[in-house]
Amino acid sequence: MAETAIEEGETNKEMEVAPALIAVHPLEKSVAVAAGAELRVFDLEGDSPVSLLDDSGGPLHADSIRAIRFGAKGRLFASAGDDKLVKIWTTDSWRCLHTVCSEKRVSAVAISNDGLFVCFADKFGVVWVVSLDGEEGNQPLVNKKAAPILAHYCSIITSLEFSPDGRFIISADRDFKIRVTIFPKKPFKGAHEIQSFCLGHTEFVSCLAFPCTPDYSQGFLLSGGGDSTVRLWDMTSGSLLHTCEVGVQAELVESNGDEVCHPAVTAICTFPVGSLIAVAIQSLHGVMLLNCDLSSRILSVAKVVSMGDIFIATSLGVSSAGRLWMITGASNILGPNFTSLARVKVLAGFQMSSNPESSENEPVMLEDTDIPGGEKVLEKLQGSLLSAKEEKALAAATEAVKMAMRNLLIKKQYSEDRRELRKKSRNDRKLKQ
Amino acid sequence: MSENKKPNPKISNATRLPRKRFYRARAHSNPLSDSHFPVPVTPLHVDYSFHYPHFFPSKKTSDDNGNVTGIHQAPSPSVCSRKIQFADIGCGFGGLLVSLATLFPKTLMIGMELRDKVTEYVRERILALREANPEQYQNISVVRTNSMKYIPNFFEKGTLLKMFFLFPDPHFKEKNHRRRVISPHLLDEYAYTLEVGGIIYTITDVEDLGEWMKTCLEDHPLFEALTEEELKADPVVKLLCSATEEGQKVARNGGQTFQAIYRRIAAPREDSE
Repeated sequence: MAETAIEEGETNKEMEVAPALIAVHPLEKSVAVAAGAELRVFDLEGDSPVSLLDDSGGPLHADSIRAIRFGAKGRLFASAGDDKLVKIWTTDSWRCLHTVCSEKRVSAVAISNDGLFVCFADKFGVVWVVSLDGEEGNQPLVNKKAAPILAHYCSIITSLEFSPDGRFIISADRDFKIRVTIFPKKPFKGAHEIQSFCLGHTEFVSCLAFPCTPDYSQGFLLSGGGDSTVRLWDMTSGSLLHTCEVGVQAELVESNGDEVCHPAVTAICTFPVGSLIAVAIQSLHGVMLLNCDLSSRILSVAKVVSMGDIFIATSLGVSSAGRLWMITGASNILGPNFTSLARVKVLAGFQMSSNPESSENEPVMLEDTDIPGGEKVLEKLQGSLLSAKEEKALAAATEAVKMAMRNLLIKKQYSEDRRELRKKSRNDRKLKQ
Repeated sequence: MSENKKPNPKISNATRLPRKRFYRARAHSNPLSDSHFPVPVTPLHVDYSFHYPHFFPSKKTSDDNGNVTGIHQAPSPSVCSRKIQFADIGCGFGGLLVSLATLFPKTLMIGMELRDKVTEYVRERILALREANPEQYQNISVVRTNSMKYIPNFFEKGTLLKMFFLFPDPHFKEKNHRRRVISPHLLDEYAYTLEVGGIIYTITDVEDLGEWMKTCLEDHPLFEALTEEELKADPVVKLLCSATEEGQKVARNGGQTFQAIYRRIAAPREDSE
C-alpha cells in the first residue's frame, strides 16, 4: 500500500524536520515566528512579547507548524501544520478565535482579503474552506466545519494564495503545477471553475507571490520552484511571461557527473512599494533581490545580498516599513529533546519609493541591537539569544531542512533495474507493517 | 518494407496486428504511484509530428513518449484543427479509438493509458492499421500517462470536444473511492479541458460506480445531462458498449451497462443561485 511520501505511517526522521517560518504584520505591528511546534509572537507596537491565549490549556500546536500568515490587512493570523489543526487568531488581543480540525496534515494556509474565509490545503492535495462569521468569534471552542473546495489529485500543495483582487485562489503543487481557480462568493459548494493552469516549472513549485502593481491591472503572479527559477505569469491566461534562473545567476547550481543539483527557491517576498522581490534560495547565504519590471514583463537580478557566514533563509517577511525580516532554522534538530533552533535577522535600507530610477538600494543588515524592538525581540522570537555553539548548529539545521524538502517533494528516480527489482518484491497480500 | 522485417512473434502473421498475449498486463494499475514516463511541460510541448506524422511532417527532437524537446512544427492545412479534440481516458487496447478513427476522419484523437505494455500494444496496433490502410488511422494516437494528474499538460483550456471514460476501474472499497477517475474534484479539470458544449461519455458495468459517476456529474455545476433525443441522435453512444474489448466482454456475459453522458455548460451566473 505504498502511497509514496504521503503515507501517514512513514517514520523517516529526515522528513519530519520543518523549516522555521516568519511572518510580519503588514504594518509591522507584530512579528510571528514558528519553529517546530512553537509559535512565538512579539508585539512591536506595544513593545512586548505576546502571550498567546488559547483555551486548549496545553501547547498551542502539538506538532510542527508548516504555515503561518497574517491576513485581512493584519487583523487576522493563521497557523497550521502537522498536528492537523488550523488555528485562527485575532491580532488585536492575540486570542485564538477558531481551531479547525483537518483530516490530514496541513501544508499551506491562506486568508481571504476581506477576512471572511480561511482556506487550507492538506498533504493529499485537497483545499478546504472555513468561514469566519464576524471576527469576534463567539465560540472559540466549537470546531468549525471545513468544506473541500478543490483538489490537486494526490499531490502535496506547497502554497496557497488569494489574488490581490480576491477573484482567484491560486494553489501550487509538487507536480510542477499552479492552478488558478475562480473563488466564488459562496465557496462552500466548491470552486469548480478553473481560470488557468500556469505550467512551466520543471520541478515542484514551492512558493507564490504577487508583484506590487500600483499602475498596472492585476493579473501577475510570481512563483519559485525546486528547479531554481522564479517565474512571472499572467494568471488570467496561464502564460509564462518570464523565467529568471536564480540558481544559475547566484552560481549555486552544481553538477557532479549526471546529477545536476538545483537549489530550490524556498521563499519569495514582494516589497509593498517599488519593484523589488526578495528571494530565498537553498544554499544561498543571504537573499537575492530581483527587479520585476511589469512594463517589459521581465525579471532581472538586482542584487545578491550576502550574509557572510551561515545564514540560509528558510522564510522571509516584509513590512510596509520596507524592512526584510529573515529567519533560518528548523525543528527537532538538536536531538530527541525536541528543541527547535531559529535565528532572525533584519535587512533594512530599501528605498520605498515607486520610482525605479531612484538611487541604488543599499540594504544593510541590522545589528541585533538595532532591529525594531531590539534584542528582546530576538529573545522572544528565537527562544533565546543564540550561543556560538548554537549558531554553528544552524548549518546542520538548514542542511536537514533541505534534505527534508527534497525527500518530500522530489520524486525518487529509480533506474530501470531498480524499478524491476522493487516490483518483484511487491506482494499484494503482504501484511501492513 | 514489411518483407525485410524479421518475423516478430508479437505480431500476428495473418492480420499483421499485434498479438494481445504478448502485451498482457494486470487490469489494475496504481494511479497514485509516481510513474516514470516523461510528461510534456505544457500542451505546446506535445509533439504532433510524433503522434500524427501524416498531418504534421517535420523534423524536431522529442522523447519517446511524444513530447517535444526541440522546436515547434507548423500544422498541415489538410486537418480541420491543429488541436486534439477527442480523448479516450484509459483507452485500454484501443478499441474505441479504432472505431472512432473512421467515423471522424478529420478529427485528431488520442488515447491515454497508464499501463506501459498496453500503451505499447495500442501503438503497435495503430502503426499496423496505418500500414494496412493507407490514408486511414492517421488521426489517432496513444500516450502513456496518468490522466488524473497530467491532463492540463496535454490539452489547452476548452479544446476537447469529447472525453471518454469507458469501464474505468471501480475501486470498490470506500477508502479507495478517491482514486476513481470520475470524482467531484477531477471533474473541475475535465470541465476546464472541454469546450463549452463538449461532451463527456461514461459507461460501466458496475452499478455502484454507475450511480457514483452519474451523481458526480449531476452535482457538478458545469455539466448538464444530455436529453434522450440527443442521446439517440449521437452516433458515438452506440460505440460505448460495442467498440471496446471490455464492452464486448460485458455484452458476451449478458451484463448490464450504466451510462452517464453529460455536456459541459457555461458557468452559472453567481447571482442566479
